[in-house]
Amino acid sequence: MSQERAFFNEMLREDGSARPAYARLARWLDAQPVNFLNRKSREAETIFRRLGITFAVYGAQEATERLIPFDPIPRIISAAEWRRLSAGIDQRVRALNAFLHDIYHRQEIVRAGRIPAELILQNEAFLPEMVGFSPARKVYSHIIGTDLVRVGENDFYVLEDNTRTPSGVSYMLENRETMMRLFPDLFQMHRVAPIEHYPDLLRQTLESVAPEGARKDPTICILTPGIYNSAYFEHAFLADQMGVELVEGRDLFVDAGRVWMRTTRQPKQVDVIYRRIDDAFLDPLTFRPESMLGVPGLFDAYRAGNVTICNAPGTGIADDKAIYAYVPDIIEFYTGQKPLLNNVPTWTCSRPDDLAYVLDNLADIVVKEVHGSGGYGMLIGPTASKREIAAFRDVLKANPKNYIAQPTLALSACPTHVASGVAPRHVDLRPFVLIGDQVRITPGGLTRVALKKGSLVVNSSQGGGTKDTWVLED
Amino acid sequence: MLGRTAASLFWMSRYQERSQNTARLLEVAYRIAMVPHTGADETEDWRNALACAGCEAGFRAKGGEVTPRTVINYMIFDKDNPSSVRTCLEMARNNARSVRTGITSDMWESLNTTWIEFSDVKPQALTHDRLPEFLAWVGQRAQQFRGALLGTILRDDGYYFSQLGHFVERADHTARVLDTRYWILLPDNDVGGTGHRYQWSSLLRALSGLRSYRFAYPDAQLKAFNVAEFLILRKEMPRSLAYCYDWINGTMDDLTNYYGERMPSADLAAAIWSQLRDGQMRDIYSAGLHDFLVDFAARNNAFSVRLAQDYNFA
Repeated sequence: MSQERAFFNEMLREDGSARPAYARLARWLDAQPVNFLNRKSREAETIFRRLGITFAVYGAQEATERLIPFDPIPRIISAAEWRRLSAGIDQRVRALNAFLHDIYHRQEIVRAGRIPAELILQNEAFLPEMVGFSPARKVYSHIIGTDLVRVGENDFYVLEDNTRTPSGVSYMLENRETMMRLFPDLFQMHRVAPIEHYPDLLRQTLESVAPEGARKDPTICILTPGIYNSAYFEHAFLADQMGVELVEGRDLFVDAGRVWMRTTRQPKQVDVIYRRIDDAFLDPLTFRPESMLGVPGLFDAYRAGNVTICNAPGTGIADDKAIYAYVPDIIEFYTGQKPLLNNVPTWTCSRPDDLAYVLDNLADIVVKEVHGSGGYGMLIGPTASKREIAAFRDVLKANPKNYIAQPTLALSACPTHVASGVAPRHVDLRPFVLIGDQVRITPGGLTRVALKKGSLVVNSSQGGGTKDTWVLED
Repeated sequence: MLGRTAASLFWMSRYQERSQNTARLLEVAYRIAMVPHTGADETEDWRNALACAGCEAGFRAKGGEVTPRTVINYMIFDKDNPSSVRTCLEMARNNARSVRTGITSDMWESLNTTWIEFSDVKPQALTHDRLPEFLAWVGQRAQQFRGALLGTILRDDGYYFSQLGHFVERADHTARVLDTRYWILLPDNDVGGTGHRYQWSSLLRALSGLRSYRFAYPDAQLKAFNVAEFLILRKEMPRSLAYCYDWINGTMDDLTNYYGERMPSADLAAAIWSQLRDGQMRDIYSAGLHDFLVDFAARNNAFSVRLAQDYNFA
């Protein structure tokens, strides 16, 4: 997208006055001495580094752990805006779970002709092993991170539904902790909805989906690939905050159809596993035989109903980018209501008409790999060179099924601390949703910010930063 | 507690203890190299530091010549040396990282800060005159971690495994240091032993015991018999073999009570402890000091292997 294109400024109206939710913050920013934010940014970085709040960068040697840049200016969402957003998210995650249950059972949505059968059955993310199996409470995706962008006053779009193993919630929590340490006075001036109970809610959610017949006080653990995983900090953080064991595959074993932890004394039975490893690595007996990360026999224990895996295997089909275009249909089909949140218009390159349009308009649109994540394997037309576009054209033609395309959106921008002072930078938002015996949405989420002027790329692996997200209470 | 958590706590403490020991050996070599001593090979003190740390073979395998610079680089910065300060600090931190849920934030921040600060040190910046300050820093960071551990960790099985790693490593180190120069502790050397005085004092210094030795022995005279007794059998000396096993044995009793079950490793620890508690220097000498030290190191190692089996170290 060109830098000149108009975008929605979340703090300031066109006449330069502050919108109501930002009024206090704008006044406060004006009153701070020069260098104040520089100092606070340095303080924040020291805190993050000492606590080891890092993420690992794949492929980068030596400095394999990095800090995500933290922006000290909060993003503010009014209570009314949040009510609308959370109603839309609630509707969406319920529909997606209903969709997952349906496609692994009667596939009514396919029979009704609302989704092409091959899109499901030939999809890599569809797990035949899950067919006919119902997880506890019929919940498949227990933890969802819904990526939202804003393009206007009342114009929010869902960019992606992360229904497999969304990460970033530890940054949401640590950003808030850090902000409370740095700016106690700002909190006194605002009524910010608290988020620090997220680990309690996560624990309640996980307990509520223990297998039927599990003991009253179910044993929960978090399954991590280990300390070299990019989100390891988050895995350890959540285990610590919930007071549960953080396990690796080698800490677990299956015996007599049940899952056990290897402890210093007798083995201990596990009821709920919040796994942070991908489906393919869960169980070498069922999936990739060479994987060392998982637990042999885990899938059989799961299918026998002796352990709950969160999120369920096979949930990836619900956030597959090829399915994304159908989510409005999915919502209507399962809820009978119009979607409350918009989808970004999407061209599915497997359709000849769509592909033709995409090839003609590569310079203006964004093309994404269906299975890609983290900003890799994509083309951002407006900022790409002619050579990049030409090269991508060949890749796309060779395997159109692997791509979708969307128009570039004029992402909203929030005031952000930069070298020259405070300037608007583009943002997105990932609220975190928990689905168990009820749907719980934490007010706020992780705001990611593109720190480079004009840039729309907010991914941490591509140099984006994060900021605290405040939902105001009435 | 997960078996792997127990293993990580055990190794976290071992590596942390080892970082300090390696730094202390270098400090002693550095000191002695400044004292003029006749006839000796100038690199002997540095070679000695390598031997005490058990990394002479590894150093030789790299094909380098023994100079102060090469030894310092190998013992501080070399990634392939399992006892280098760098390896120890990184492994202590990695083990702590994999059990973030089993340690306190004070412990974690201590190890993490040490590693971050160490990572900023460039080998070429560590000139000869900067070395003592750096080595003292390594020692202080180890003490700081130990303080954080003792001051904050819950007294449960996590604490016990961490203590065991600490004292198994210390016992191993002391036995190793003694064995590399056991002959200077043979009683024959007491006859006209003035030439050995600086060797005895360096030995005591390497184990942080020179000053306390003077308080422990009323005449304060350095004698082979007393130095050996001090470092092996005196349980007031915090780096003696006896002191380490007094702790290990007590900790195994605590662990037995905690789990309500006595494991074979507890019996091994008790046997080693009673041998040291009831031991006499005269008997050790008559059986052979070198053999005693070799045997001790083997039993100490056997204890840690058995401990790992008993408590499912993954």
